[in-house]
Amino acid sequence: MAVPHQQQHQFPLPQILTHPSSSPALLITQGAEGRLYKTTHLFPDRPCALKYRPSKPYRHPILDARLTKARIAAEAKVLERCWREGVPVPAVYAMDAANGWLMMEWIEGVPVRQAINEYLGSGESQEGQEEAEELGDLMRRIGRVVGALHKTGVVHGDLTTSNMMLRRQEGEQKGVLGGEVVLIDFGLAMQSMSDEDRAVDLYVLERAFASTHPRAEKLFGMILEEYGKSFKKATSVLTKLEDVRMRGRKRSMLG
Amino acid sequence: MALENVALEHVPSGYGVYVGFFRDVTNADFLHQQLLSRNRDFEYAFIDASSVISRLHLLSAVYSALNTLLVGALRTPNVHSEIVTSFNTNNNIADAYRRWGITPGKTKDLIVVKIISPTAEGQNGFSATSARTPEAIWAHLTEHVMGKPVPVTDSEIAQATDWPKVRKYYRLNGVPALEKVADKAEHQRKMEQLAIMGMALRGL
Repeated sequence: MAVPHQQQHQFPLPQILTHPSSSPALLITQGAEGRLYKTTHLFPDRPCALKYRPSKPYRHPILDARLTKARIAAEAKVLERCWREGVPVPAVYAMDAANGWLMMEWIEGVPVRQAINEYLGSGESQEGQEEAEELGDLMRRIGRVVGALHKTGVVHGDLTTSNMMLRRQEGEQKGVLGGEVVLIDFGLAMQSMSDEDRAVDLYVLERAFASTHPRAEKLFGMILEEYGKSFKKATSVLTKLEDVRMRGRKRSMLG
Repeated sequence: MALENVALEHVPSGYGVYVGFFRDVTNADFLHQQLLSRNRDFEYAFIDASSVISRLHLLSAVYSALNTLLVGALRTPNVHSEIVTSFNTNNNIADAYRRWGITPGKTKDLIVVKIISPTAEGQNGFSATSARTPEAIWAHLTEHVMGKPVPVTDSEIAQATDWPKVRKYYRLNGVPALEKVADKAEHQRKMEQLAIMGMALRGL
């Protein structure tokens, strides 16, 4: 075994990750606002995701501290609300909003985007009828989960197939599209019950499908069909989606 | 010796976490009195085990308090009282002491946590006089806590847990995520997770 990962850290670690742990923290993604590390919570056999929002040197320190704290707290609140309501999202393990970090359950599995690409790229999709069946099943599961999310009064804000995981249960053999759909990354989420916000969530997902899975696009209708059945006001959201499609994600600033 | 040294992830070297468990404690009044009089020999977190779900639940509170100590944000006199308040889902300190702390005449099963810090003795809210080695801590505890020492395991904690109380403290009644969970172990795991989430989001 070579030297530990330490030298690979191109960004300074958050203070909490500078303390000893059984395995070094692994940088998973680096976004505009924050970083995601894979590390451990309390015990070596309890993996977790640590979301860290570093302070921004260009912001006034007081404003910076306030924004960081409010955003971490908002994300944690949304996750807790979803979890309590039974929507599949990562559980919150620990948080220090003032220091910009949030520890969450590690979801074992692959993003839906990757699973679909693997499925379409492999021979599994060449069986005609079966293809529609397996993909269709995944679409319906996505529709149900998004419906459950909106039902609780939360909109995701960045609903893409990269922000949905397929959770693998041990000993499960269901092909690449198997597993429970779990929503992740609630950094842009907000609490809203409006048709408009919900429709925009669906629109963003539709665009993501169109741009990343051209062959799966025709299946998007199955997501909407299942979504429409998932809660009472869903049908009016689908009507609103028509308007959003006509004009795009941003509401007109005119009039 | 039933005092356990717990190695937690992300704790700076030099810090030690020791936990012990006493069942059927008969002198809760005396122990409570030592805390009230700020007797510096009794720098322990005394936790009423009937309000605790599991090791994971207990150690989540310990870790939260340790982090608060490390970032210099203690809101109570020391890391031990901070452990007790870390169990709460709101910022009411008196409330936390009543629910998770030792209560005279009531506490029967007592979990004890002792944190050792590498900083100079007598600083940072740490006493210069209280015991520091595991042997000395255990000797001091067994001398003053009148109860039966048992290991701090999930099964020992489970025997002491008062679920109606825990459900009330963490508002676990009528939670949709807990409905239709037929498997008892899965149900308890979800309640434990909801409690830990409530603690993580304290005051929000």
